[in-house]
Amino acid sequence: MIPFDYQRAQTPAAAAAAVAAHPRAAFLGGGTNLVDRMKLGVATPELLVDITHLDLDRIEELPDGTVRIGANVRNSDLAAHPLIRHRYPALSQALLSGASGQLRNTATTGGNLLQRTRCVYFQDTTTPCNKREPGSGCSALEGYTRYHALLGASEHCVATHPSDMAVAMSALDAVVTVQSPHGRRRIPLAELHRLPGDHPEHDTVLDHGDLITAVELPPSAMAARSRYRKVRDRASYAFALVSAAVALDLDGDHISDLRIALGGLAHKPWRALRAEEELRGGPATQEHFRAAAQAELAAARPLKGNAFKTDLARTTLASTLSDLAAPGPRHEEQR
Amino acid sequence: MSAPVHPRSAPTAPGRAIGADLPRVDARAKVTGTATYAFEYPVPHPAYLHPVQATIARGRLTRIDTTAAEALDGVRAVLWHGNAPRLRATDNAELAVLQSDQVFYRGQVVAAVIADTPEAARQAARLVRLDYDQQPHDVDLSPHRGDLYAPKDDHDQGDLEAAMAGAEHALDATYTTPMLHATPIEPHTTTAVWDDSGLTLYESTQGAHFARQELAPLLDLDPQRIQIIAPYVGGGFGSKGPLHAPTVLTVLAARAMFGRPVKLALTRRHMFDQVGYRSPTIQRIRLAANAQGRLSGIGMDATVQTARLAEFIEEATGPTESMYAAPHRHIALRAAELDAAVPGWIRGPGQCPGMFGPEVAMDELAQACGLDPIDLRLRNDPDHDPATGKPFSSRNLAACLREGARRFGWHDRDPAPGTRLVQGWYVGTGVAASRYPVVPPAGPSEATVRHLHDGHYEVHIGAADIGTGAWTVLTQIAADALGAGVQDVQVRIGDTALPEASVAGGSTGTMSWGSTIVAAARAFRDRHGTAPAPGAEASAPLPDNPATEQFAMAAFGAQFAEVHIHADTGEIRVPRLLGAFAAGRIINPRTARSQLIGGMTMGLSMALHEQSIMDPRFGHVVNCDLAEYHIATNADVADIQAHWIDEEDPHVNPLGAKGIGEIGIVGTAAAVANAAHHATGVRVRDLPLTLDHFLG
Ligand SMILES: Cc1cc2nc3c(=O)[nH]c(=O)nc-3n(C[C@H](O)[C@H](O)[C@H](O)COP(=O)(O)OP(=O)(O)OC[C@H]3O[C@@H](n4cnc5c(N)ncnc54)[C@H](O)[C@@H]3O)c2cc1C
Ligand code: SF4
Repeated sequence: MIPFDYQRAQTPAAAAAAVAAHPRAAFLGGGTNLVDRMKLGVATPELLVDITHLDLDRIEELPDGTVRIGANVRNSDLAAHPLIRHRYPALSQALLSGASGQLRNTATTGGNLLQRTRCVYFQDTTTPCNKREPGSGCSALEGYTRYHALLGASEHCVATHPSDMAVAMSALDAVVTVQSPHGRRRIPLAELHRLPGDHPEHDTVLDHGDLITAVELPPSAMAARSRYRKVRDRASYAFALVSAAVALDLDGDHISDLRIALGGLAHKPWRALRAEEELRGGPATQEHFRAAAQAELAAARPLKGNAFKTDLARTTLASTLSDLAAPGPRHEEQR
Repeated sequence: MSAPVHPRSAPTAPGRAIGADLPRVDARAKVTGTATYAFEYPVPHPAYLHPVQATIARGRLTRIDTTAAEALDGVRAVLWHGNAPRLRATDNAELAVLQSDQVFYRGQVVAAVIADTPEAARQAARLVRLDYDQQPHDVDLSPHRGDLYAPKDDHDQGDLEAAMAGAEHALDATYTTPMLHATPIEPHTTTAVWDDSGLTLYESTQGAHFARQELAPLLDLDPQRIQIIAPYVGGGFGSKGPLHAPTVLTVLAARAMFGRPVKLALTRRHMFDQVGYRSPTIQRIRLAANAQGRLSGIGMDATVQTARLAEFIEEATGPTESMYAAPHRHIALRAAELDAAVPGWIRGPGQCPGMFGPEVAMDELAQACGLDPIDLRLRNDPDHDPATGKPFSSRNLAACLREGARRFGWHDRDPAPGTRLVQGWYVGTGVAASRYPVVPPAGPSEATVRHLHDGHYEVHIGAADIGTGAWTVLTQIAADALGAGVQDVQVRIGDTALPEASVAGGSTGTMSWGSTIVAAARAFRDRHGTAPAPGAEASAPLPDNPATEQFAMAAFGAQFAEVHIHADTGEIRVPRLLGAFAAGRIINPRTARSQLIGGMTMGLSMALHEQSIMDPRFGHVVNCDLAEYHIATNADVADIQAHWIDEEDPHVNPLGAKGIGEIGIVGTAAAVANAAHHATGVRVRDLPLTLDHFLG
């Protein structure tokens, strides 16, 4: 770890200004991701601006029914909040499926969104990685890719975004509020993260010094019927191989509206717009679910080590949809 | 500082300690955080060490530039082969740290920084510039390599090919187990002090004397001038048995810093290339049987890897030699020397991976013969050791299979695979046999009994408790041997200042240290009678046991698993694991159960998760942290039960006890794989049983 300076920000604007002013500054949230990367030599900030003392740790309901989540709300608190559990169950489930109890107690909402990929080469400074060191090459392409992308990747990077929470938020039409040195802006969560393209070093559309202050969940009847299904290599404490966040609005046997986001498959939470379109207004049947999942995954470009995930993503999506449409005992998760 | 003394245990009546469900005598020290581990010893003004590792897998260092590292605040020295203190006897090349410019594997220590803080040492380590003359490396293990060699003699008997050709049922299949790492939760740590009085090491080790014995010739130092202190060890699983390079590195640093203590705690990533690992194994198994399932032929061709730097052989064929008999047998082990880190002891070396292929093959054969897999094993349970022809001192595999089956509820099992779908999950059950041999202890042992006063005793032996319960069971054994209660006996272990003891390995600890204590107690009574004076003392070594020549000795067991596999996603859960073991006399049911359940949990972990991913392009393990190298979590471990049958073995040792440290892990993975097949009809021959095996 290289020596660094440490500051406590007094206001969001001051925090944004402090980071913007120093090219090697970073915000410090819970530190569960950033500090790990510092120890590994993957992140080498010279200044940490601690934002955890800012007044951004509330979950509140706005007059129009929007639920606003402060960027410093800890993952455990968010998962346990009654508003989240009742109105946005998929989000609560996603949070609880991530990391471990200890990590969730520390991890913040903002930090969770901006955690970086777990690609093993990204974390290993002795191997080439375009995301860590632009232009050095991508070690994953011909390497260990079990947790890598099927959708939207590029020849420069095939990493996935590891957050579960972000996948659920993406399906719930969340909006991120950002404080920059120049003012505030709002970014739909689905547009926060980017695809790698030619610049895998940029995970998101944020600029240096942009501080996430909150995530807003719009009111949605559909969200109460939402679910997060995570498929992983152990029963707990593992990143998603594939995950699906689904919200469904049924009118009898028909789907009047729905939202789908997939995790573990792309450089960002993958909004399954294609599948949504196929299903919207159609009958809620197994065949349709399967066909829609098939259509969404048609664009999959599997690598040698993750080809199984195409199938896995299809079946996970189809079965999550049918569980939600006809909740029954069949697919209740069991040990 | 010498070995700690624990508060007195709950009392037992004289002669009634063995078999008592005694809580650990060191429990309070551990849960209150007062048990001191190697890195925590308060030494004055310590310096900290951080290794610099090679980033090529084969070649030679041409230049080391330490300027930037040395310029950093707080850096005291950068050691490399040009300036490191010389080592003397370097026949074990793994330990010849910083002695040459040669690079044998990626991750090898090629330099090290000594600094005032661990942070400065770590930062400076990144600043050491290395130039290499790189050569192409080779880390591909395959049974088809042209350069495989036989590290031990083949076992050939009869004509296996003919037996296969003539058999009613012939099975020929290949099974694999991956590279595995021991990953104890306490990393390998050393605090070393080298001053005028000699060398003192606070070391996380499974054997203080063993470590000293390896260090002394390396350093050309009189063993009496080396003290190694290791009362508490946060898990070792074999990886803290033999000495590894980081300890030697710390000693070199302490030598360089003469008079100033030096500390090293490996990072988790270091533990994937510095302290040994289990070689991957490739196991071709052949079984020939008649219509009744009687084996006529057994074949095992196993391939393992060793390292160009130093040899370590995972003896994966060991179990097959002694498990089942047949007139025609061919058992052969082959090894490839790769440009990889040196493998080493981990959790049942040889035995554990070596039972996977054979015990899955037995399940496949049972299915082919239309026999219950328990029945097949009973039909082939030999009455003499097939490897040596000797009688068994005791062999209760059959009793374990029967007792386990009864407890597990095996009797009404429907043998058809892939037919039970319950709420979206395929359900299956499976069984496999376990076996762990009674192996000779690694090193001699001696114990001293001292009468303090009024029937209070101290017992000294340089044994190690790596979380196994040795502190406790040795207290029980000593109490009975002296006719005292446990409250009257203090055992001291974990220090070379105590009489020499063998390493905690091979499940030999309780047997060998316990038998030594029994001998010392006898010597004490012979010399001092039943009313000894205060300060009376007697010592004795581990007595020879002539029965080891006459009998084949091993513990046996049977493991049962219930497995659920998700019909859509292939996710795998093991709601039930049950083991029935025959391991002689059980000294303490509480610590024994904990050992057996712990072993079974590791077996479960091996079955479902554990796998070190070697990237052949670079030559190192890439999933080298605990987020990516998966070990079973609490949520993966549901109902695990360990039972044992009463087994009296008059031959194995005076205690009648066999080792229980490792048998719990042997066979577990096969039981789980067999249950997975029963659940789904999918036969997985390659560990771990990840969900992709069961998709589609
Ligand atoms: C072993 C392990 C297992 C894990 N498993 C999972 C899992 O299964 N699923 C999952 O989703 N996650 C998992 N995680 C990741 C965990 O969720 C993240 O580490 C955590 O959410 C990060 O939050 P933090 O507050 O600690 O972020 P920090 O480490 O503080 O920050 C992360 C990044 O975000 C930036 N940042 C922080 N806050 C803000 C803000 N308000 N505005 C702008 N930038 C900001 C920081 O500068 C930094 O770059 C795991 C982590 C570990 C270590
Ligand atoms: S996938 Fe992306 S993060 Fe991983 S090595 Fe390639 S460029 Fe780096």
